[in-house]
Amino acid sequence: MNILRKALILVVPVMFLVGCATAPTDSMDDQAGADSGVDSGAEFGSGVSTDTSGRDADADVSSSAGTQGLMGDGDISSQALTLDDPDSLLSKRVIYFDFDRSKVKSEFNDIIAAHANYLAENPGAQVKLEGHADERGSREYNIGLGERRGNSVARHLGLQGAARGQLEVVSFGEERPVATGHDESSWSLNRRVEIIYITER
Amino acid sequence: MKVILRSLLLLVISLGGSAQAALTIEITRGVKGAMPIAIVPFGWEGAKPAAPMDVAALVTADLYRSGRFSPLPEHDMLSRPNDPEKRVNFKNWRVLGVESLVVGKMRAIANGQYEVKFILFDVFRSTQITGQTFIVGGKASDLRAMAHQISDIIYEALLDERGAFNTRIAYVTQSRDRAGKPRYSLQVADADGFGPQEILYSSEPLMSPAWSPQGKSLAYVTFENGRPAIYTQDIWTGKREKVSSFRGINGAPAWSPDGTRLALVLSKGGSPDIYILDLLSKKLTRLTRSYAIDTEPVWTPGGDAIVFTSDRGGKPQLYQVTLSGRQVKRLTFEGEYNARATLSPDGKMVAMVHGNGNQYRIAVMDMENGAMQVLTDTTLDESPSFAPNGSMIIYATESQNKGVLSAVSVDGRVRQRLILQEGDAREPVWSPYSR
Repeated sequence: MNILRKALILVVPVMFLVGCATAPTDSMDDQAGADSGVDSGAEFGSGVSTDTSGRDADADVSSSAGTQGLMGDGDISSQALTLDDPDSLLSKRVIYFDFDRSKVKSEFNDIIAAHANYLAENPGAQVKLEGHADERGSREYNIGLGERRGNSVARHLGLQGAARGQLEVVSFGEERPVATGHDESSWSLNRRVEIIYITER
Repeated sequence: MKVILRSLLLLVISLGGSAQAALTIEITRGVKGAMPIAIVPFGWEGAKPAAPMDVAALVTADLYRSGRFSPLPEHDMLSRPNDPEKRVNFKNWRVLGVESLVVGKMRAIANGQYEVKFILFDVFRSTQITGQTFIVGGKASDLRAMAHQISDIIYEALLDERGAFNTRIAYVTQSRDRAGKPRYSLQVADADGFGPQEILYSSEPLMSPAWSPQGKSLAYVTFENGRPAIYTQDIWTGKREKVSSFRGINGAPAWSPDGTRLALVLSKGGSPDIYILDLLSKKLTRLTRSYAIDTEPVWTPGGDAIVFTSDRGGKPQLYQVTLSGRQVKRLTFEGEYNARATLSPDGKMVAMVHGNGNQYRIAVMDMENGAMQVLTDTTLDESPSFAPNGSMIIYATESQNKGVLSAVSVDGRVRQRLILQEGDAREPVWSPYSR
């Protein structure tokens, strides 16, 4: 029974993903949670513990958990639900992006679905989504771009079953490149979101 | 011009000594209109065979890189007066077309101190324009500061505009430690790149240093806890305070002209927006609200408006928002990418990163008529910052796979480059005047 249930969860998110990958508002990832009115001093954050930051991050990662119960053919249940298995999609932890874009490309749908499923299956698991940009342009703008990418992945994970509290987005902009060349071959590797498990289950 | 360049390079390198940075100067366009001046090697009186520093060489380098002066190479000089108290034969300088002449002398006095005297002459009128005598300690940093002061005095006397040679820059470097781990460092050096001092280092990224208006503190972004937070730090005492660590982005701090507030970027509301933090009351006020990336705030000199980057129109462009009325207007329309504004001290010019997807250069725009001039011709230029007198812009660029700092005169004619011995340098910010 347990195996069957896992298989079902895996399939359903893929269906959701197709829907949102074509959404036209990708550059508006961050719109949810925009508030109105002037913030008051009560919100001042000096001394706010960073330990809790992000636990309720990404208000746009919302309500789509709990899609279990829909039926699917269970084909990809062979994707083992262990983080350690090098053959599992879960071993793939990096999503790459096009220049100045935050839209998740369809080639990464399966990877994201696998992680969303794992997170849904393991409510104690938590990931940090580290957003990164290539070096072109200004650094603080790239911080914004990296966050947008992180939010984009978070939204997809959330739509497929991960809970908000399991996801934290941190943008490093262009500050932590994995490739240090100054051409597209390096830049394409640096435009990324890294899925980092803080707790595994 | 080539000849001057070479002799300058030699002089500058010889000044380098134990300093960790070296300076090269390159002329990118002609120096038409630059003022011909001669700074004669200073005389020396002391027990040691040579003076502890070549003041004239440093002054020559300062004036040259401003783009406003064309110093006469030493080997073209027909005579070398080295005592400001003695009579100068101005004819020797008139024939060379030199308009201004600097003669000075350095003398060892008691307690390891030196007396340095110089006079600036008007060659054609055969008169003294200004002059000063300094008593200075023997430390290299003191001697350099004194020489930069001489440059400032000459600059102001001849151009009727305050010099910015005796100021500093802050910047971030990234290198690797012995174990190969990244090492990010916040540094403060003289405006010509000498005497760098480490203010802070971390194995996690450091970003976006910003000077307080008095030049005593820096605000910056640190990822030392794995997430961004904004700190302020007294650069002399090292005392620091965490001022912002909200969920999401804490970025791009900018001190208000009166030093009481920080403009900063927070994404706790869903997307990056500009906020104003009152440093005393800790009251936080949200200034922009868009779904776009609003970032890189800078204050207008009067403190009544903020210029910032936003991609609310699709691509990053510069906008301005008033602190009171919340009225937003777009400033830049030329080019598909304009970001990271820096305002001249009089608020009349804005410099920015001006890009098209492959080339990112430093451009300057007249705030009144919108006329844009591209100042650089490299491809990965970023982080421009005006000198406190508005004469030059320092910025970061890439050269031979290294992050380097360059400065360009506001008219684009003269560029200088700072080359650090190791690591990448980035995000230079020029200090205000006061120390």
